[in-house]
Amino acid sequence: MNRDQINKLLNRIPTHLIIILTMLIWIVPTVGLLVTSLRPPEAVGSSGWWTVFAPQNAAAGPYATYCAECHGADGKALPQADLSNQELVAKYPRSLQLLAMLRQPINGQPHLGDRPLPGAQEAADIASFLRQGEQTQSQFTFNNYIDALVGYRGQNTYRVDCAAGTQPPDLRCNLSDILNPRGMGRAFVNSLFVTIPATILPILFAAFAGYAFAWLDFKGRFLLFALLVGLQVVPLQMTLVPISRFYAQVGLNGTFLGVWLFHTGFGMPYAIYLMRNFLGTLPRDLFESAYLDGASHWTAFRQLVIPLAMPAIASLGIFQFLWVWNDLLVSLVFLGGTTPVMTYQISNMVTSLGSGWQVLTAAAFLSMLLPMIVFFSLQRYFVRGMLAGAVKG
Amino acid sequence: MATPQDISKPATTSEVAVGRRPVKTPRAAPVPEIMKQGPWVPWLYLLPALVVMAFFIVYPMINTIGLSFQNRDGTASAATTCRDGQPCWGVFENYRYALTDEFNTSSPGAFWNSFWSSSYGNTIKWIVVMVFGTVSVGLAFAVLADRVKYEALAKAILFMPMAISFVGAGVIWKFVYDYGTSQTQIGLLNAIITSLGGRPVAWLSTTPINTFMIVLVGIWIWSGFCMTILAAALKSVPDEILEAARVDGATEWTVFWKIMVPIILPTITVVVTTMVINVLKLFDLVYVMTGGNFETDVIANRMYTEMYKNFNVGRGTAVAVILVVAIIPFIYFNIKRFLEQEATR
Repeated sequence: MNRDQINKLLNRIPTHLIIILTMLIWIVPTVGLLVTSLRPPEAVGSSGWWTVFAPQNAAAGPYATYCAECHGADGKALPQADLSNQELVAKYPRSLQLLAMLRQPINGQPHLGDRPLPGAQEAADIASFLRQGEQTQSQFTFNNYIDALVGYRGQNTYRVDCAAGTQPPDLRCNLSDILNPRGMGRAFVNSLFVTIPATILPILFAAFAGYAFAWLDFKGRFLLFALLVGLQVVPLQMTLVPISRFYAQVGLNGTFLGVWLFHTGFGMPYAIYLMRNFLGTLPRDLFESAYLDGASHWTAFRQLVIPLAMPAIASLGIFQFLWVWNDLLVSLVFLGGTTPVMTYQISNMVTSLGSGWQVLTAAAFLSMLLPMIVFFSLQRYFVRGMLAGAVKG
Repeated sequence: MATPQDISKPATTSEVAVGRRPVKTPRAAPVPEIMKQGPWVPWLYLLPALVVMAFFIVYPMINTIGLSFQNRDGTASAATTCRDGQPCWGVFENYRYALTDEFNTSSPGAFWNSFWSSSYGNTIKWIVVMVFGTVSVGLAFAVLADRVKYEALAKAILFMPMAISFVGAGVIWKFVYDYGTSQTQIGLLNAIITSLGGRPVAWLSTTPINTFMIVLVGIWIWSGFCMTILAAALKSVPDEILEAARVDGATEWTVFWKIMVPIILPTITVVVTTMVINVLKLFDLVYVMTGGNFETDVIANRMYTEMYKNFNVGRGTAVAVILVVAIIPFIYFNIKRFLEQEATR
C-alpha cells in the first residue's frame, strides 16, 4: 500500500462513520422494539432491553468488586462458605440480610477487611446475582405475542391464567380466543379484509381511467387530468366529515364496504396519475398494430395494457397496500372499535389502556410484520412508484 | 417519461400488419374505422374513477365548506352559536373560534407565547424543522452512501421506516423516550443520559422540547423518502462534469454546493413541497404520542379533536378548510409543475 492509498482510506473514514452512525440511529429503536417484545414482563419493567446483550456483567459488577477476591468468580473458592450452594444463599435473599451478614466479623476480623460495605443497591445486585442459580428461567419468551394476539389484559400471562383457570371473562382458553375482538389476531384479519379490496379496486379503476387518459381521445382530456393532479394533494381531513355523516345515514359506518369505497376514492388521483404516465410510455406502434388487427379498445385493454402495465400495477399495489394497511385516520373514523384494525388496536393500547410495554411492543411488531415483508421483497417496485409520482394523499 | 409520438411514420406499423396478412387487407388508415366508436367510449373507461372521485373528494370538499358555516350538528347557521358579550364573527363564527381561540391577546408578549404553543405555531415548527431535517439528512445520505460498498444496505435501512405505520413508529419512539422511575430507565434516551451522569427528562410532556421530539420521529420516518428521490436525481448528474471539476482542483464541498445542488435544485423543490404537504396533513404521530396534549397539538390533529372528540361539525370542518387553504398554494404548484412536464414531453 502506498501513501496515496492510505491517504484515500483515511479520507473515507469520516464518510463511513457518518453512514454507520446514521444506520445505527435508524435501526436501533426498531431492534429495541423487537427485543422488548420477546422479554418476560418483569424483565421489561426492571431493566433496559439492551441489558440482554450483556446480562452477566451487569449483575456481576458489585460481586466482582466485593466478593470475587475471596469467594472466587463462581463462588466455590471457600469450601466453608460455598456461595454456589443455594441453601446457603437462601439465608440472605435480600440486601438487608446480606448487609447484616457482612457486618458480622469473621474470626474476629471484619468480613470485608478494610473495605467499606457495599451500598444498598449494590448489595441487592449481589443478592440477585447469587440467586441466579435457582432462577434459570429463560431470558426470552413468546408469551407477549400470545397475549397480544388474544388481547389478554391481566396481571400474569394468558398461558398462566388459562392453566390456573383464572382468565378474564372474555377469554375461553381455546382457539376461538385468536378472534377475540380486543386482540391483534382479530385485528390482523380485519386489516387484511380492509386492505386487499381497498388495494385491488383503485388499481382496477385507475387502469381503466389511465388507459383513457393515455390512449383515447376525448374533449377536456388535458383539463380533467390537470384537475386530477391538483386533487392529489387534497387532505383526507377535508372529506371526512361529510362522508361520515352520509355513512351514518345509509348505515355504512363500521362496515368494510364503506372503508373500501373511501380508500378507492381517495387513492384514485395518484393511481390514475401513475397509470396514465406509465401507459403513455408504451410504444404507440403496439396499439396501432393491435387496432389494425381488428382489436377493439376492450381487447387492447385486456390483452395489451394489463399485461404490459404489470410493473406499474406492482408499484401501485405496494403503495396502496402500505397506505391502507398503515392508515389510522380512516379506520379510526369509519371502523373505530366495532371492527378494529391493527393500527386502531395499537393506538388504543397506547392512548387509553396503558398495557405493559411488552404487549404493546409485541402488538406493534405484529402490525409491522406484513408491511416489512412486502417492502423488503418488493422494494424495487415501491421505489419506482415513488419516483414516478412522489406525491400521495 | 418522454413518449416518442411520431405520427408521421405510420408506414412501419402498417407494413407489419400488412406483412402478416399480405393479400387481402388493403392498406388501412392508422386507426381503423372500427376503432372510431362513439364519443362516449372514453367516458365508459373513466366512469368508475370519476364517480368515486366525485363522490369521495369533490362533493365532500364542497359540503365541508358549507358545513363550516353551520353550528355543531350542521342544522343552523354558525351565527346562532354566538353568545352575548363574547366576540362574534357572525356566520364566520367557527372561523373565529378556529383562528383565535388558542391565542391569548391580552398583551403582545402573551400573544407571542400562546401562538407558539398553539396548533398553528406547532405546525410551523413542524414544517420548518421536519422539512429541513428530512431534506438535509436525505441529501447528505444520498451523496455519502454513493461512495461506500454497502450502499444498498445503508439505503434500505434508512428507507425502512417508510414501510412502518405512523402508529408503529409512534410506539417505537415512545419507548425510546420513556421516562422511567428514579431507579431504572428503560427508555434508551434517558438511559444514555443518566449513564453519562445527566438527569432524565420527560421528553413527551416537557414543553417546548416535546414537539421537537415528535418531529424527530417524523424525520426518522421520512428521510428515506427524500433520500431515494434525491439519490435518483443525483444519479442523473453527468459524471463528466463532476470529474472535470475535480480535475480542476475543486474540493468535494465545492462540487456538492456549486455543481450537484444547482443541477438537482428542481428535484429538491419538489421534495420540499411534497414534504410540506405531508407535514400539514400529518395526524397519526401526534395522536399516538401525546394526543395533542402538553402543547403539541397540530392543525390536522385539532381537526380530529373538534370533530370526533368534541363532536362539533362546524368547528371541525372550519379547521379542515383552514388546512386546505394552507395547501392550496401547493395544489397550484403541483399543477404548474405538471404543465411544465407535459410541455417537454
